[in-house]
Amino acid sequence: MRTLVFPASFEQLDAIREFVGQAARDAEMSETEICAVQMAVDEACSNIIEHAYHGRTGEIEVTSDFRDETLTIILRDHGDSFDPDSVPQPDLTSNLEDRQVGGLGVYLMRHLMDEVRYEQRAGAGNVLFLVKRRRRQT
Amino acid sequence: MEVTTQYFKHCALLTVKGRVDSYTAPKLSEAIEAANKNNVFKLVLDLGDLEYMSSAGFRALLVGQRACKRYNRGEIVLARVPKKIYEAFELTGFTPLFKMFDDVTAAVGSF
Repeated sequence: MRTLVFPASFEQLDAIREFVGQAARDAEMSETEICAVQMAVDEACSNIIEHAYHGRTGEIEVTSDFRDETLTIILRDHGDSFDPDSVPQPDLTSNLEDRQVGGLGVYLMRHLMDEVRYEQRAGAGNVLFLVKRRRRQT
Repeated sequence: MEVTTQYFKHCALLTVKGRVDSYTAPKLSEAIEAANKNNVFKLVLDLGDLEYMSSAGFRALLVGQRACKRYNRGEIVLARVPKKIYEAFELTGFTPLFKMFDDVTAAVGSF
């Protein structure tokens, strides 16, 4: 299990993707799985920076844990609660003029990971679990 | 991320390299807006050397496409979209919103 704490800033997204990408590589996941983990964590952290901290100073604690063929990335923050479940399904079909731009990040996160779970813990802030199971190439 | 803009007779070519995320997407929007300010609304985005694009980049493309299409026959078309990024476009229903070309010459020639 490894943990790093990053300032809650868009500028850190590169370093956060690198950290979780390395965790996925260490877990010997496929290139597709590595990219999926990186993108899902990027989308989750972007939402934390924008909707939990609203651009205020803060931190995101990123933990990676690989066991039983499963990589779990845990994101902790102390901003306002932001439950991905509260985000409505995005508009994926309407024409250009009517197309809404919100909700894509949460949608991608759910598609790219096997499980996304949010918990709000009294005194311990927000915790988001992003779970990806390793599939062996045959 | 790096964007370079070249102006041709009928369109501009924006070459986008590196990674587009919430931090760098505003730079992509600025490059599209700069072309629009020069009265160029027909844009080719060469994504051949794009390593990564998150939903922040998708939003920048969508807003840019709307701005370009408001002008008579303006449009953003995409060239050399990497497979990984194409898959995310498909997942988010973006493929019907952008014409895509396998090479830059064909994309530029489409205008």
